[in-house]
Amino acid sequence: MDSKSVAELKPGESGIIAGFTDGVISLKLMEMGCIPGSTIKMNFAAPFGDPISYDIAGYNLSLRISEASCILIN
Amino acid sequence: MAKDRIKRIALLGNPNSGKSSLFNHLTGLNQKVGNFPGVTVEKKTGICQLDNGEKLMVIDLPGTYSLYPRSLDERVVFDTLTDTKNPDYPDLAILIVDASNIKRNLLLFTQIADLDIPVILVLNMLDVATNRGQRVSPTKIAKFFSIPTISLNARTGQGTELLKQTIAEHKINKPEPIYQSTNFEQELENEVMEKLGITNNYIAHLLIIQYQNFPGISEKEKTFFKDLITKNKFNPELSQSKEILARYKIIDKVIDDAVIYNLQKNRNLTERLDKFFTHKFYGYFIFLVILFIIFQAIFAWAKAPMDFIDSSFSAISIFLKSNLPPGVLTNLLTEGIIPGIGGVGIFIPQIAILFAFISILEETGYMSRVVFLMDKIMRKFGLNGKSVVPLISGVACAIPAILATRTIDNWKERLTTIFVTPLMSCSARLPVYTILIALVVPDEELFGFLNMQGLALMGMYILGFVASILSASIINLIVKIQDKGYFIMELPLYKFPRWKNVGMTIFEKSRTFTYEAGKIIVAISIILWVAASFGPGDKMKNAEVYVTKSLDGKKIGEKEFDAKVDAFRLENSFAGIFGKTIEPVIRPLGYDWKIGIALVTSFAAREVFVGTMATIYSIGSEEESTIKSRMRAEINPKTGGPMYTPAVALSLLIFYAFAMQCMSTLAVVKKETNSWKWPLIQLGYMSGLAYICSFIVYNIFK
Repeated sequence: MDSKSVAELKPGESGIIAGFTDGVISLKLMEMGCIPGSTIKMNFAAPFGDPISYDIAGYNLSLRISEASCILIN
Repeated sequence: MAKDRIKRIALLGNPNSGKSSLFNHLTGLNQKVGNFPGVTVEKKTGICQLDNGEKLMVIDLPGTYSLYPRSLDERVVFDTLTDTKNPDYPDLAILIVDASNIKRNLLLFTQIADLDIPVILVLNMLDVATNRGQRVSPTKIAKFFSIPTISLNARTGQGTELLKQTIAEHKINKPEPIYQSTNFEQELENEVMEKLGITNNYIAHLLIIQYQNFPGISEKEKTFFKDLITKNKFNPELSQSKEILARYKIIDKVIDDAVIYNLQKNRNLTERLDKFFTHKFYGYFIFLVILFIIFQAIFAWAKAPMDFIDSSFSAISIFLKSNLPPGVLTNLLTEGIIPGIGGVGIFIPQIAILFAFISILEETGYMSRVVFLMDKIMRKFGLNGKSVVPLISGVACAIPAILATRTIDNWKERLTTIFVTPLMSCSARLPVYTILIALVVPDEELFGFLNMQGLALMGMYILGFVASILSASIINLIVKIQDKGYFIMELPLYKFPRWKNVGMTIFEKSRTFTYEAGKIIVAISIILWVAASFGPGDKMKNAEVYVTKSLDGKKIGEKEFDAKVDAFRLENSFAGIFGKTIEPVIRPLGYDWKIGIALVTSFAAREVFVGTMATIYSIGSEEESTIKSRMRAEINPKTGGPMYTPAVALSLLIFYAFAMQCMSTLAVVKKETNSWKWPLIQLGYMSGLAYICSFIVYNIFK
């Protein structure tokens, strides 16, 4: 299956986290609850499209696009 | 017992978990703010008295998400909890958890539990969790981990008594270790424990993975770690990610057991408010309105208390001067020390009001939305969404503003913010602006309703903002620091502010400012007093004789004579001589030696300009209108025309807008960046910018 990144999700869409493309940032993201297998939902983007707010592990996490594109989803 | 060291309690939790509120409930006003040794991280400690009379020291550790620190703040948590020789090593840890966000909050708990420190788990915001459709059972969590667990509402303080009783009554056991590392990892951990004399295997585990980040590890020990890792082909990242995954697996089990999800979770208030506050139009509009209100408040509301402080200090000076025996000491006190302290105190109202607003915006969760809204824009200039708070604070005073950059994790973005914040027009520049604008801009209405002087003043503030943004872009181009900083930020739920926390913040920020800026401003005031009161030769001592001689028998009033003597003294003092020495340097900007003296004395605090002008022109009063008309009447001996032409006044305005004339700011920058390099570059850059721009402006308008 083609994997795409969380940064490509549209508002309201969600995906299941499959993995990460960057080792160092993945550790921080995992600590914040972005665990492979869990659902991540795109809430809304800031007015200029970046950063983006996501729903993960029951709270709102905001990520820059560069950070969100490190998270791969199914 | 009495002779024993007072017991330490470490208060831990994620950011936004209600930790500060709980700290305030436990300690009340018995708080102290200092720094953790060796780092510029604010350390709040307080005394908590139990019902049985026992006193405990509560240490409010910075909010952190895990024991793998990335910022200075988070590192302090690691240092305090892992070094048993640390004077603040806790006898007990209280971990506060936001129950509405329990999954992520429990990660830190599972790590703390593995450190062999007795822990009490405090569940906060259970009501919020229930509202969001999650029923959390404290008893089940207590049973799962077999540790004391307390439900507490940090907003109201309900549950604090129970927590205190639990601290007092129970012999709290160290929790059972939660995470099991692999056999291979255990071998390495054992080797580290033996080598460094550590008794806890999880500390050893944490050190293997991140020994490079810790200043406490000696070079010899670093080599040991490096060899250990290469010898065993150990992969720290893999090991860390395995650990996080395993911990979350355990947390999932707890949640399955102790949390009931009620799926009819309705769209909550936060989601609805976010639609509005982060909207591409309303979002910025609301932010601008809030900014406008803050500025309005800083300038309008603070005026009365500032005037009061100002007149009180001059009253004290006058009272002491007429009641103490005349002499050098009396002069030092009434002309150096007391005005110096007054010069610090006058800013407290503005700082208090500013931080009242900032703390309300932070308490409600709105500040994170501002960061979210502004990040993309600020990044274009090499700044961070989080730079917004320091830049706003800079309008009151650069010192608390620079301290507020500590929240920026990315070092390059933080440094850039520190570098450009002093270009924001702080309130010390305001008196200078007011007087100079009044000199050259007519007090007339444009289109019948816009006051031109007001517009000019606003223009100065915009100029400061533009200068700082553009300077940030320049730094962004020149300075090459690779920093894997993150933005990753939680958008907390909107909450009603807790006024007690707001009050505490105001109190604390004002106190920090008074100490940080105060000691330097007072010291410089004394130095400047000496420089302005003493001089070579007999001119200082016999000033009256010289002035009488210069009058050539002309009769003038006693007051006018005294003023002339003061002006003569200043001219021949060390400060005056210095002002004359630098005259060739500042002449291209249109300034004479009198302005030179004012530039020199402004180094304590910019607003001293006004007072110096008053003395130089022997006015004998600091009344603004008097100084203004005297400055207007000053004749330039070379041209025969007025000294303060629009060109000179504009050149001075620009100079004061850009120049780094604040020793306290330089000292704070030195402290925050840990070297003299950055404050010196900053001093050079800002002075250069001020000089060049003033030169250009003067020559255009000449």
